[in-house]
Amino acid sequence: MSSIEERVKKIVAEQLGVKEEEVQTEASFVEDLGADSLDTVELVMALEEEFETEIPDEEAEKITTVKLAIDYINDNLA
Amino acid sequence: MKGRRVVVTGLGMVSPVGLTVAQTWENILAGKSGAAPIGNFDVSAYSTQFSASVKNFDAEPYMPAKDARKMDVFVQYGMAAGIQAFEDAGLEVTDANAPRVGCAIGSGIGGIGQIEKNTEVVRTAGPRKISPFFVPGSIINMIAGNLSVKYNLQGPNLAMVTACTSGTHNIGLGARLIAAGDADAMLVGGAEMATTPVGLGGFAAARALSTRNDNPAAASRPWDRDRDGFVLGDGAGVMMLEEYEAAKARGANIYAEITGFGMSGDAYHMTSPPEDGRGAAASMRNAINDAQLDVSELHYINAHGTSTNAGDVAETRAVKSVMGSAAEGVAVSSTKSMIGHLLGAAGAVEAIFSVLAIRDQVAPPTINLDNPEEGCDLNYVPHTAQQREIRNVLSNSFGFGGTNGSLIFRRLD
Repeated sequence: MSSIEERVKKIVAEQLGVKEEEVQTEASFVEDLGADSLDTVELVMALEEEFETEIPDEEAEKITTVKLAIDYINDNLA
Repeated sequence: MKGRRVVVTGLGMVSPVGLTVAQTWENILAGKSGAAPIGNFDVSAYSTQFSASVKNFDAEPYMPAKDARKMDVFVQYGMAAGIQAFEDAGLEVTDANAPRVGCAIGSGIGGIGQIEKNTEVVRTAGPRKISPFFVPGSIINMIAGNLSVKYNLQGPNLAMVTACTSGTHNIGLGARLIAAGDADAMLVGGAEMATTPVGLGGFAAARALSTRNDNPAAASRPWDRDRDGFVLGDGAGVMMLEEYEAAKARGANIYAEITGFGMSGDAYHMTSPPEDGRGAAASMRNAINDAQLDVSELHYINAHGTSTNAGDVAETRAVKSVMGSAAEGVAVSSTKSMIGHLLGAAGAVEAIFSVLAIRDQVAPPTINLDNPEEGCDLNYVPHTAQQREIRNVLSNSFGFGGTNGSLIFRRLD
């Protein structure tokens, strides 16, 4: 089983159409990986699906980097 | 056409018989049918089980997979045709001329595939699972929108929606905008991909489609007495229109001049034409007047010719009423006999065929026309293409709602 970090990075790569090695932990979705506002909405939906959870909109808005996504999943997944 | 002269300088197409203009035109002149059984969803409960769909389309040469995923297939087809037309024209868009270059590309139905998919999502998973790209990926003006972003086209950005006349109306409107001075160049045309479970079912319910399931290639047979409806087709056509003097000055390859645009409304019935074809005749007459053309100089008509019972006869009557005795000399063919009815893209791909007929001095054939209907006695170019002198061409489109459009193209000497 892959780690949460690996799973998050794989989804980010798929959703944003970038290579997995480009998805650095500190990367910002918009500034570094070329996402627009709609891409980030869809990315959060893909994370919800992968981790079988629901991320409230006010929390989703704060997830702007790969690291913040990993942290959110680690903190909120039992 | 009043005002500045307008010419065609670029062509692009995705069709049931080819993924480019060249490939499609070769198959059209050879009389090949693009109709085939539907294989991408279960059609066992449908009265019609075939279509003229695009085969082996790959969006990758036109856009990254990440972007294709966000667009309904009709937008992908439209983008592909638009990119081909833009590249064919070779027009350089700079900061200086960008506000003078625009887009008018429509569709009859739009992103029905995405609408169906997301309706299912709402039902099974709830509204939070709707993709944020659903709306921008399925609304009709998104081909014009995406092309403007790709090529920095800051001029008029439009998408006329008039059912099966959409393609023709967008081309005519684009030409008018250039003639009137609102723009110097326009990418114009239409796209469609309505061969989906609901799209096919809807047209079948309206009793509009051929049910010749045992022989799809023989199903679209305009003016033949055994015709039984149209064949649903998918694809896109886009052309680049430019103001004549500017196109000439930059040394553009000019395919033809667009000299006439006519429109009319049947004011009769939502899906059937009046028997005498008066709405169609008015549209053709308006285009001919706009072009200041003597009907004896009209050499080829790319007919709407959908292979429906009422429509084919009404259009024949319209041609006769407009042309009088000159109707005996004109070639009238329906390329829908090969590619089916592309709805909002039909007028666009057929306008491109009209321009190519002028370039190559050849009238494409009407295949499957074995026994002409009583009263249908024009030269429909049955079975095989006819090499002939073609200086002026008229292309007709008629749509649900009784909306008609006709374009006239002229050979530049």
